[in-house]
Amino acid sequence: MSTVDDPRTIEFDVRTDEMLVNMGPQHPSTHGVLRLVLRTDGEVVSEVTPHLGYLHRCAEKIGENLTPRQFIPYTDRMDYLAGMNMNLGWALAIEKLMKYEPPEKGRHLRVIISEMGRIASHLVGMGAYGLDLGTFSPFLYAFRERERILDLFEEVCGARLTYSYITVGGATADLPPGWLEKCEAFLTQLEPIIVEYHTLLTTNSIFIKRTAAIGVMSAATAIDYGTSGPVLRGSGVDHDLRRDGEEIYTAMYDGYAFEVIVEKNGHYPKDHQYPAVPQEAILGDCWHRFYVRMLEVMQSIDLVRQGIDRYSRASGSYGEPMKLNQKLPKGEAYLETEAPRGQMGFYIVSNGEAIPWRARARSSSFCNLSVASELCRDCLIADVPAIVGSLDIVMGEIDR
Amino acid sequence: MSEPTLVDQLKQKFGAAITGANLENVDPWIEVAPEAIVAVCAYLRDEPSLAFDYCNSVTAVDYLHVDEKKAAKSEWQPHLEVVYHLFSMQHKHSLVLKAMLARWRDDEVGELPEIDSVAHVWRTADWHERECYDLFGIHFLGHPNLRRILCPEDWVGHPLRKDYEMPLEYHGIRGR
Repeated sequence: MSTVDDPRTIEFDVRTDEMLVNMGPQHPSTHGVLRLVLRTDGEVVSEVTPHLGYLHRCAEKIGENLTPRQFIPYTDRMDYLAGMNMNLGWALAIEKLMKYEPPEKGRHLRVIISEMGRIASHLVGMGAYGLDLGTFSPFLYAFRERERILDLFEEVCGARLTYSYITVGGATADLPPGWLEKCEAFLTQLEPIIVEYHTLLTTNSIFIKRTAAIGVMSAATAIDYGTSGPVLRGSGVDHDLRRDGEEIYTAMYDGYAFEVIVEKNGHYPKDHQYPAVPQEAILGDCWHRFYVRMLEVMQSIDLVRQGIDRYSRASGSYGEPMKLNQKLPKGEAYLETEAPRGQMGFYIVSNGEAIPWRARARSSSFCNLSVASELCRDCLIADVPAIVGSLDIVMGEIDR
Repeated sequence: MSEPTLVDQLKQKFGAAITGANLENVDPWIEVAPEAIVAVCAYLRDEPSLAFDYCNSVTAVDYLHVDEKKAAKSEWQPHLEVVYHLFSMQHKHSLVLKAMLARWRDDEVGELPEIDSVAHVWRTADWHERECYDLFGIHFLGHPNLRRILCPEDWVGHPLRKDYEMPLEYHGIRGR
């Protein structure tokens, strides 16, 4: 009989088997109801299989039974962290089909509102990412700031999460008097705070160790999987629909000064103002995806300021909503907009009636998540939340 | 890139496999025979002057009037369209492809129509085709993992088909 001292026995005792580990659907770091099945050997993950659909409501079927304006509230519930941007995507797609151009004032209003939505969404992304990696305080800071944006949105449309504010034709109401000043004051406060957040996460050595060179995705992989938004730009692909999109969308940003946040020759735009890229980081890793989001917050602050300036100088209407049962022209249109999480596309087929024949939503997070199994191959279990978190997914949008 | 020249270019290359085009629509589209879809897609991706390296979306549209009165007045016969939205990162241009399928293979109700998968041309198509299979019941031949993605695996039917009927009951949960 062998004793414990026998090396062969010890070897046998610590032998690891391949094991299937279920992560989610109720797991704090899966950002909602995502279920990941990990095939693990000890600490090493050999395969990650995402299982989706826990939040599936078949919004596309609902879209076939409602008029476009009635469908606006359902778009809020897709990416519920950026409802304004979802409203905008749907409204623009319908406007593209109708060949309608919103008035100038309405365009600037949309820039202000959608860029504020982007800030709010990226703040959650940033805070929740800290949470995924085991630091609690950035989350509280981020939510403190986001709360102020929600207050501003509440003043605009009465809702704090599901706005239905931007609608086909323009917006449901004009900005209330005095709102622009409040918004400006908020931005002035937010700007120095973002610098503070960089010290909390971006340059934090534990954070760098957890994210740098983890989940590296090449530009070719990013394009092949159809990723978009900060996930795509974090891999160094110079593509942003606010500059490269279709005319109906880029017309909103006509005359606005902004640079696409992407690394070129080892530098980000204006990176002398922000912490430098750590040596450990590799282009396309979790750190870069996070950094792109942080820089986009600064960019959005700048865009909102430009929007406020133009909006207050513009005259005329902000764009009245179209009639609730307005008939759509026959034909079909597909339009993608740059939502905070990437390219949100809507495809509408109309046979000339008020209700679309087909309403399709192309989700950005859906494509961004599909790359997860590729990125998580042969990583450690502890890196799975770091990688999935860096994709910044929202299940409401994936499952639709 | 102009659509009329592209249609000619594709017709020269693929002949009868390019079955039609609509260049008047807001987004012009080109119709491709289902058998040729992989060849056309691979060509669109690999030809340097086109370089459609990014697949935005693969989806389908079901053309069927459930109402008999409307069906009698309809301009089209019942069919399914698979729609591909493509984009080129290099040239920043986009394209819409369509492939027409019968609603049921050999017109036998319940037999899923088939088309070749483009999942190995663009990895995006992997999940998008799964979604399409799930919601429309289109069988993508050669797909690496054609399972339902949004609905549960034991779900019956394909919800985005126009004649789909919501189940009355699912595992003891009331349907309507």
